[in-house]
Amino acid sequence: MAGEKTVLTGVHFMSGDIACAEGAIAAGCRFFAGYPITPATEIAEHIAVRMPKVGGIYIQMEDEIASIAAVIGASYAGLKAMTATSGPGFSLMQENIGLAAMTEAPCVIVDVMRGGPSTGQPTLPGQQDVMQAKWGSHGDYEIIALAPSSVQEMFDLTINAFNLAEAYRVPTLVMADEVVAHMWERVTIPSAEEIKIVNRKKPSTPSDKYMPFMPDDLVPPMACFGEGFRFHATGLTHDEYGYPRTQSSETQMKLVQRLCDKIRKNADKIIRVEEQMLDDAEIVVFAYGIVARAALSSVRKARQQGIKAGLLRPITLWPFPEKHVAKAAEKAKAIIVPEMNCGQMVREVERAAKGTPVFHMPKLGEEPHTPMEILEFIRRYGR
Amino acid sequence: MTETVEQHPLSKYLRAAMMPHIWCAGCGNGIILNAFVHALDELQINLDKLVVVSGIGCIGRAAGYINVDSFHTTHGRPIAFATGVKLANSELEVVVISGDGDLFAIGGNHFIHAARRNIGIKVICANNFNYGMTGGQVGPTTPLDAFTTTTPYGNIEHPFNLVHLAAAAGATYVARWTTLHVRMLTMSIKKLLQRKGFSFIEVISPCPEIYGRHNKMRTGLEMMEWFKKASVISNFSDPAKAEITPERIVIGEFVDIQKPTYEELLHNKMAQIMKGEGE
Repeated sequence: MAGEKTVLTGVHFMSGDIACAEGAIAAGCRFFAGYPITPATEIAEHIAVRMPKVGGIYIQMEDEIASIAAVIGASYAGLKAMTATSGPGFSLMQENIGLAAMTEAPCVIVDVMRGGPSTGQPTLPGQQDVMQAKWGSHGDYEIIALAPSSVQEMFDLTINAFNLAEAYRVPTLVMADEVVAHMWERVTIPSAEEIKIVNRKKPSTPSDKYMPFMPDDLVPPMACFGEGFRFHATGLTHDEYGYPRTQSSETQMKLVQRLCDKIRKNADKIIRVEEQMLDDAEIVVFAYGIVARAALSSVRKARQQGIKAGLLRPITLWPFPEKHVAKAAEKAKAIIVPEMNCGQMVREVERAAKGTPVFHMPKLGEEPHTPMEILEFIRRYGR
Repeated sequence: MTETVEQHPLSKYLRAAMMPHIWCAGCGNGIILNAFVHALDELQINLDKLVVVSGIGCIGRAAGYINVDSFHTTHGRPIAFATGVKLANSELEVVVISGDGDLFAIGGNHFIHAARRNIGIKVICANNFNYGMTGGQVGPTTPLDAFTTTTPYGNIEHPFNLVHLAAAAGATYVARWTTLHVRMLTMSIKKLLQRKGFSFIEVISPCPEIYGRHNKMRTGLEMMEWFKKASVISNFSDPAKAEITPERIVIGEFVDIQKPTYEELLHNKMAQIMKGEGE
């Protein structure tokens, strides 16, 4: 490796896309398959430069369907693998995100959200894919989705995403937005020793006793191709041996419920939020991604003006932090949800707020909400 | 002297727990599977380093029947999945076994690009001229005028010539056989497994229950009789002229060349980069 560092310890000035790529490499990602798309292309470009220097694989596939398929293949062959895309590519990937969920392939998918639907606004930010992240593939399943709101978090949460993907054998999504991805900021990269790395559980059973989908605490230990286990995996409903059981209601119930439960029952361990000035907050702003940065500024300004405002920022979008919303809603007069869409996470907030009034602030087709815009809303409901 | 054997000598290659298989009487998929495991046995392939990948369709179940690391992917995507496997661990022998609809309709793009890149994966396509599993619809290889459940008045789409397509896209080994030509097919699969680059065998396979019955070949035997009557071996002839018509099925080996594989070029490039060259 000729001294090439996998972890670029130090203080850097970099873009969100580059920070994401560096986070992946620091997390141990050694396989990237992707397809060019604005505003995520710089992730692929940076990986193309860095990956061969650290002994990893970069390949540009023929489309996003192939990209995610190759990522799942590489994951089963033993590498930490990821792809990065934006809305149109994310749509193409959905069927195989379901395959990754069904076959419990650890992998990371970065979606740098732009304006949709369809080709939409390639160079402008959006938050229109956050429900697609949860529900995009058919059938019942769970994923984990994280929402970075700074360039530092593009680095940190990409590492986090790999750790969660490996721990729970689940596709993990980094739902970034165009601003966070293209913005340049200061990033502090810790030493390799300071970065927590989680690797998939390996089987402790001998190969002739191995059952590839027999859970140990809801998550099955994972053998990889070429290790002598000679196992089968399929997107069909399968038993603990990995064998198709397409007519068995018992197998279907057991498998699909477990795929959901391994995330739902661990939600408290998975979920992370940032809470600012929430203890006595009467007006709660619920915001994520780049919008949370403006929201924090507006909450501070509101406090200066004597309004008890606070910020609840979900770092984990899925599983949804409903306990945190419910707790904040207890004391709040109103919850304000600024989002760069026509109303997506706001529905989850309404569900969790159990009667506390929730007001949505949609914004489409331009820069994210400004602090003054959000402040105006806070003042309207905070009087 | 007679010897009693407890099990078939090739049974170690199959997963008994997955039997009985799902294939119809008269289907050619069992013959292809048989030829494949014979080739594995004759070459004494290291089964711990073999990965079989399939897509969706009748032959797609083969991955589950072969007792090696195997993955049954989504419809059309086995080649893209296999590309990830092969690049992540180039020591693995990665074989895709799938059908004509899976590989050349929904998955056609992956086929031509894997061939173009010369990824060292091996593709065996069971061509039964229709979508068997869903009940016999028209596909990219259905001959002109053939009847299927979605061409009830006869097919008006021109079919792909798979060996011509594979050769044009850059495959380094290309052959076509029918399930009647079991020994040639087994010999050819052995070659496929010994080649380094992207390699492809098309196997014309009978589907009497779903396809043949609409086209005056109601039994497997009648379909095999067509293969017997019409097949012409024409090794290394122009694959563009390798036709499949009621009168003539051109079979044989069409391409057997060498060129650097994607993995070789990649690893050479990576070695240079790691040494600090090439910047």
